[in-house]
Amino acid sequence: MQPLERVNDFVVKFANVNGSGSASANGLFAKSILRMGVPVAARNIFPSNIQGLPTWYEVRVTEAGRLGRRGGVDLMVAMNPQTWDKDVAEIEPGGYLFYDSTKPMPVTKFRPDITVIGVPLTQMCNARYSVPRERQLFKNIIYVGALAALLDIELEVIETLLAEQFAGKDRLIKANYEALHMGRDYALEHLVSLRLKVRRADKVGDRIYVEGNSAAALGAVYGGATVCAWYPITPSTSLAEAFTGFCQDYRIDQETGKTRYAIVQAEDEIASIGVVVGAGWNGARAFTCTSGPGISLMQEFIGLSYFAEIPAVIFDVQRGGPSTGMPTRTQQSDIMSAAYASHGDTKHVLLLPKDPGECFEFGAQAFDLSDRLQTTIFVMLDLDIGMNEWLTEPFVWDDARKLDRGKIMDYEMLESGREFGRYLDVDGDGIPYRTYPGAHPTKGAYFTRGTSRNPYARYSEEGAVYVDNMERLLRKFETAKSLVPQPVRKDAKRATRTGVIYYGSTTPAMDEALDVLEAQGKQVNALRVRAFPFPDAVFDFIAEHDRVFVVEQNRDGQLRSLVINEGGVDPARLPAVLHYDGTPITARFIAGAIAAQMDAAPMNASQGVSVTEAAE
Amino acid sequence: MTYITKPRLHHPQLAANDLGYKRRDYEGSVSTLCAGCGHDSISAAIIQACYELALPPHRIAKLSGIGCSSKTPDYFLSASHGFNTVHGRMPSVLTGANLANRDLIYLGVSGDGDSASIGFGQFAHSVRRGVNMTYIVENNGVYGLTKGQFSATSDRGSKSKKGVINHDSGIDLAAMALQLGATFVARSFSGDKSQLVPLIKAAITHKGAAFIDVLSPCVQFNNHTGSTKSYDHVREHNEAVNRLDVIPARKPILADYEPGVTLAVKQHDGSILNLHKIHGGYDPSDRAQAMAFLNQRQAAGEIVTGLLYVDPDANDLHDALGTIDKPLNMLADAELTPGAAALAKLNASLR
Repeated sequence: MQPLERVNDFVVKFANVNGSGSASANGLFAKSILRMGVPVAARNIFPSNIQGLPTWYEVRVTEAGRLGRRGGVDLMVAMNPQTWDKDVAEIEPGGYLFYDSTKPMPVTKFRPDITVIGVPLTQMCNARYSVPRERQLFKNIIYVGALAALLDIELEVIETLLAEQFAGKDRLIKANYEALHMGRDYALEHLVSLRLKVRRADKVGDRIYVEGNSAAALGAVYGGATVCAWYPITPSTSLAEAFTGFCQDYRIDQETGKTRYAIVQAEDEIASIGVVVGAGWNGARAFTCTSGPGISLMQEFIGLSYFAEIPAVIFDVQRGGPSTGMPTRTQQSDIMSAAYASHGDTKHVLLLPKDPGECFEFGAQAFDLSDRLQTTIFVMLDLDIGMNEWLTEPFVWDDARKLDRGKIMDYEMLESGREFGRYLDVDGDGIPYRTYPGAHPTKGAYFTRGTSRNPYARYSEEGAVYVDNMERLLRKFETAKSLVPQPVRKDAKRATRTGVIYYGSTTPAMDEALDVLEAQGKQVNALRVRAFPFPDAVFDFIAEHDRVFVVEQNRDGQLRSLVINEGGVDPARLPAVLHYDGTPITARFIAGAIAAQMDAAPMNASQGVSVTEAAE
Repeated sequence: MTYITKPRLHHPQLAANDLGYKRRDYEGSVSTLCAGCGHDSISAAIIQACYELALPPHRIAKLSGIGCSSKTPDYFLSASHGFNTVHGRMPSVLTGANLANRDLIYLGVSGDGDSASIGFGQFAHSVRRGVNMTYIVENNGVYGLTKGQFSATSDRGSKSKKGVINHDSGIDLAAMALQLGATFVARSFSGDKSQLVPLIKAAITHKGAAFIDVLSPCVQFNNHTGSTKSYDHVREHNEAVNRLDVIPARKPILADYEPGVTLAVKQHDGSILNLHKIHGGYDPSDRAQAMAFLNQRQAAGEIVTGLLYVDPDANDLHDALGTIDKPLNMLADAELTPGAAALAKLNASLR
């Protein structure tokens, strides 16, 4: 078996023990490649645990800029005996295994078709360090040093990163340099360089490297959010923490040192959304961030926000469901419960960002939309976007941009004698005017309630009054279609009657899969959906094609169901391609599933065979 | 009965308060509660308190949960924005509203089902956070709207209208509020307006979480023999520890009380609470003593009323968070959005 030979196009996977300090060393490895101008896509695969369970970090080195998960591993850095067998089995034929050779391993523990590289990491650490924690932490830096030598990563780049990370702590910088060199020197002295190489390029450009949760939190700051109420839950916690950090950077009043924001860690998700609804009712931009279980708990308030028409923003960083599910794995499985959240007839606006860049943009836009539409806006992230650093276009903000506060009847308007009916549709878009509490001494006060009421906010259970109001809410939802981000279409090189719909974190894998299919001569037009309610363009796209695959990361094809339900589309025309084992979807999987169906039924559009993958 | 509108006509001899508002300006729609309901007396006391304090009605926000008590904000202060929220969740909504605009006065109205059962958690957490509010529980020990089930404040051994004996321990919300760190705790009785009105006035002028447990008999489902929340039972077992006069900051202090009998407590806003002692050694500035006293009297079957505890120098949630003085809902775009230059700098740090 010839060893794999690749330049700037391979996958390295680190298998570690949670809590061993590997995350920061692995991140350093990924970032050093980025600094050499070579794009990387790095993903944490971690357990719901603080210490002891297996955790992995997968780095795809990709000069071509393929940011989805590829599938397969070319170089396994096997640092966890617990998962050894599985990790070794995962290596591609011709791939490489890097391991700690301190303790001899029986030959049966290896594979004949891979190249094995042993470094006595523990032995080196024990010889050099006496403090147990140092032995553990520097072991990680030592393997980074060795890998740098084996893969031709420039050492100065890693040193610069370490200097930035530990700026002002010279002792730490020196200690890390030493460990780095120990690893490098060992590799140069004892090992043969690999045929996987990192070569300096210029393919990163001005892109930034950031987590979606952080980007969404920054979007909330730029979108004018002042009130945040939240309850800790993986994988959304870092969003609230990032918001706190950005507020400390950008929202402290220079003169007084006081805050232009209020953040409350509430007692649960119900209280969190309650605070958001209270603040939204009173004219402040407010949000909460949560994950699936939180959405379940918030249902009643989401219905109140819908029916009493109160702005609210919810960032849902989706994880594996149902129930507690897989808290540290990714899925797109809250789509349905968010879209129709709460009892009674309700529908909610969902924004579906594809990467941290859109998390920022949609994060800001969500607040304009919630004020404009006076309802809950969901921003649907997932763990893959939220908790992994992604290479993304730099954040952009136009200083001329004004925050859209929506239809507010203020003191002057009330004073001028404008008619005010809290639920009165004055211009046909289904959106009424509202007043802020305390706006005027004698005009504009009203009583907000979750019970049925007439256009002047007076309690009413009269059928006709109720129906009028429900119809108006539908008109408002119709208005939303033109306000939300429109879908993005990418046509195949040649005309085709086959299409695909996808959204969110599936995007980079889908982009790559489209190229793979193209190379196989399979033409597929693609539409990336960016919001619910679906703009007309979504149904126009479906109408143009005989068959439209819907690619998602859940079991039941939730967005597909929404498309069928909202557009009255024949389900047979929408074959589902579903990946839901908790790992991010791969280009290999998508291309394979679509190609198989196209080969099986190249001309027959009426066969809606679903392809699913239960586990990898 | 909401279709019955009250005449807007004011009797010419009705006195106006310092702001020129008459009592009618603080009223609301006609109540749809049962005739004789204690809750209507509490609404009247709220109206009287706001009138006497000469508060601009539109600068008050009134919030409630779900239940008979939570319907009442419709029956007072019609010039105020009101919010009938979700069952048991008034505290979180009020907290959010308060964070959005610290300049309004927040009045939270709840019931014993709303605050001691479904909303027990939110009651507790809003109190321990020190949200600047007046939190009134209209406590009748029974679910009225669903016709007579026991609530969590029903005393153990008390009898329902259908003759069922309550076997669960009753929750004393005033004792809970004390334990949770409320900086103003009072208990009163809907049938004792002279005690209740000053307590509401004092709670409104208090900065911080002010909690009042108001026993409010349910004439339909909990006013029978064997109930511990009936008019007769409360009157017989009411043990008031003090009587209160509230002197707003701008009023001259006229009364001169004998030392040792009256305790003058000056609050943040300059208002004075004159506490006329009824129970000799009771000290409302001592939280631990208040809790012990409440427990002792409860064991003896007495219902302690009056101002149970006050910390006149309390801080509120905004103080804890260090929020800017200007209401957050008034901040302009430039005060909220850091701008393109800051973003460019941030981008550079993410490469």
